[in-house]
Amino acid sequence: MDFLQKLGHKTLSRFAALGRSTRMLIGALVNIPNPRKGTPLLIRQLYMIGHQSLLIIMVSGLFIGMVLALQGYTVLVGYGAEDSLGPLVALSLLRELGPVVTALLFAGRAGSALTAEIGLMKATEQLSSLEMMAIDPLKRVIAPRFWAGFISMPILALIFSAVAILGAHLVGVDWLGVDSGSFWSIMQAQVSFEKDILNGIIKSFVFALVVTWIALYKGYDCIPTSEGISKATTETVVHSSLAVLGFDFLLTAVMFSG
Amino acid sequence: MTILAELDVESDLSQAIVEIKDVTFSRGEKTIYKNMSFSVPKGKITAIMGPSGIGKTTMLRLIGGQLKPDSGDILFEGASIPSMTRSALYDARKNMSMLFQSGALFTDMSVFDNVAFPLREHTKLSEELIRLVVLMKLQAVGLRGASELMPSELSGGMARRAALARAIALDPELIMYDEPFAGQDPISMGVLVKLIKSLNEVLGLSSLIVTHDVTEVLSIAEHVVIIAEQGVIGSGTAEEMLAHSSPLVQQFLQGLSDGPVPFHQPASPYEDALLTQGAR
Amino acid sequence: MNTRKIEILVGLFVALGVIAFAVLALKVANSGISGSGESYLLNAKFENIGSLKARAPIKVGGVVIGRVEGISIHPQEFVPVVNMKIDANYECQFSDTTSVSILTSGILGEQYLGISPVIASESARQSCLGNDTVGNSEADELDDLFGVESKALKNGDMIADTKSALVLEELIGQFLFNQGGE
Repeated sequence: MDFLQKLGHKTLSRFAALGRSTRMLIGALVNIPNPRKGTPLLIRQLYMIGHQSLLIIMVSGLFIGMVLALQGYTVLVGYGAEDSLGPLVALSLLRELGPVVTALLFAGRAGSALTAEIGLMKATEQLSSLEMMAIDPLKRVIAPRFWAGFISMPILALIFSAVAILGAHLVGVDWLGVDSGSFWSIMQAQVSFEKDILNGIIKSFVFALVVTWIALYKGYDCIPTSEGISKATTETVVHSSLAVLGFDFLLTAVMFSG
Repeated sequence: MTILAELDVESDLSQAIVEIKDVTFSRGEKTIYKNMSFSVPKGKITAIMGPSGIGKTTMLRLIGGQLKPDSGDILFEGASIPSMTRSALYDARKNMSMLFQSGALFTDMSVFDNVAFPLREHTKLSEELIRLVVLMKLQAVGLRGASELMPSELSGGMARRAALARAIALDPELIMYDEPFAGQDPISMGVLVKLIKSLNEVLGLSSLIVTHDVTEVLSIAEHVVIIAEQGVIGSGTAEEMLAHSSPLVQQFLQGLSDGPVPFHQPASPYEDALLTQGAR
Repeated sequence: MNTRKIEILVGLFVALGVIAFAVLALKVANSGISGSGESYLLNAKFENIGSLKARAPIKVGGVVIGRVEGISIHPQEFVPVVNMKIDANYECQFSDTTSVSILTSGILGEQYLGISPVIASESARQSCLGNDTVGNSEADELDDLFGVESKALKNGDMIADTKSALVLEELIGQFLFNQGGE
């Protein structure tokens, strides 16, 4: 009986949380920042969320591209197919690694920061204070951050993939001696704009929605104490990483299996 | 005495800015208020006192409309807060402001911008005028010299004064103070007491202070409400309260360690607990 | 942090994103025929398509002019039918005697379709495009002379002359059979 009650309680509280988070998301979506007051807020958040994540994304992209080239080369050279290094690197980046690794890094860098910031605003009563000043915190605090996250991540993923391909070129062509012409031309023959690049961007947008949503909700709904915030921050990283990988599987199955 | 105090409140009803009528509120299983009623007279300093954990801050959130009572009604200037639509509630909130315990200054903007914030959000004043108003408010709390500092650079007392400047930026009808004296040194406490009193007189607003710092608040409060055991246990002027017959009021005002509110948490007899092994 | 600096940095961020997108779209992806231009469809029946896949390139003399749109089985004859999406510039240019074969690029490379074009006659081209020529041109007479009326390939047409993929097992089988015969 106790077990059943526990199970029921857990289920109900999960659903309640889902409801609260959906309400928050809708609140943020409905409250698109108005152009006059909202744009500066959005730009500020684009700076905090997007630009501040740029360095980690570019450095990680460079290294991942270089590692891919190195690993791919050692396998491909065994078949005398090292010319296929270009498409190998480009396809794995555009379809998978670009969106997914960006989303994971984003969850760690920007997502945790968002949760901590919102949680701290809640703990120091800044959100209540906004409400008492007759200003909707969803509109003022949540909405600009949500849109900034949603816009930033696909941009970051594109930058990640581009930098990684340049990194792969650096290792593959300049160091290991793959022919530069065939590196690019075979890549171009194999990579399709709609199938690979656009699908990758769609993936990014889905991940952006999921990660930003989780990060904001965890902050907005956290217990406003130090432990509550640190727990919420951890949960943001764990939950959004799992959600990204889960959605990645679903999206890949839909996009690339046919 | 209690009857007298209630009569006093009744006669003030016409001029009450906030009226709490038969409010019951519970959080989860725990009942916090049961059929509680009192009113906050207009233009005066009212203090709500009571032991910690009694839900004094909850009362302010109920008045601010952030929480809804299970039953009963809360009137602000004659309009019922719990039954208001969202936009009406937001309009009503423009006439009240709240000073949070932590100050709740926005950490990402300077003191000046914090005070200017409600003006920029709710008025169409030019930057020039906003600057004048902000400097005026900061002058009133004595922080004009700190206008360019960030909240993290302020001491606790200064942060609370800056928050007070922000709270009066829109010239509200009612200011609610949530534990304004908690954790302050005697000097900043004195400054705050003086500020609350002078703001109330100069701006002609009503103040509602929630606190358990008895001496400070009794020196300025014109009307006192003491809450305990899910309801009001006494209300009236400071003098009336000090002479109140209820032992609970006396215990609270004089800070006695034992009395109607027992020193010990309810437990099984001490001897039994010591002598029985293992059982807790 | 003043607003101007933030705005500049955000501008930089967005500009980097646009550059990355341009690099990916222009340098990494095939910027040739990718559905962006007009195209038309042709079909071809094969005995065996080997490992030809959708999106495989269609080449004329090594130049990509289209991609395989889809592969299906003919409902009555149970042979594979390949749908080809070809650049609209080449509509009505090829005669229906054009042949198409499945080829392999390199030893381990992927399979693609090679078209050996037969250029359609002027009159066939015109009639295909819908401009029926009233006057009898010399070409018409030439066709009449041979008793063959060749048409140009237009959207939805079927190419009759096809060569299937070379399947390694069949080749080896043939080789062994021939050896035994000698």
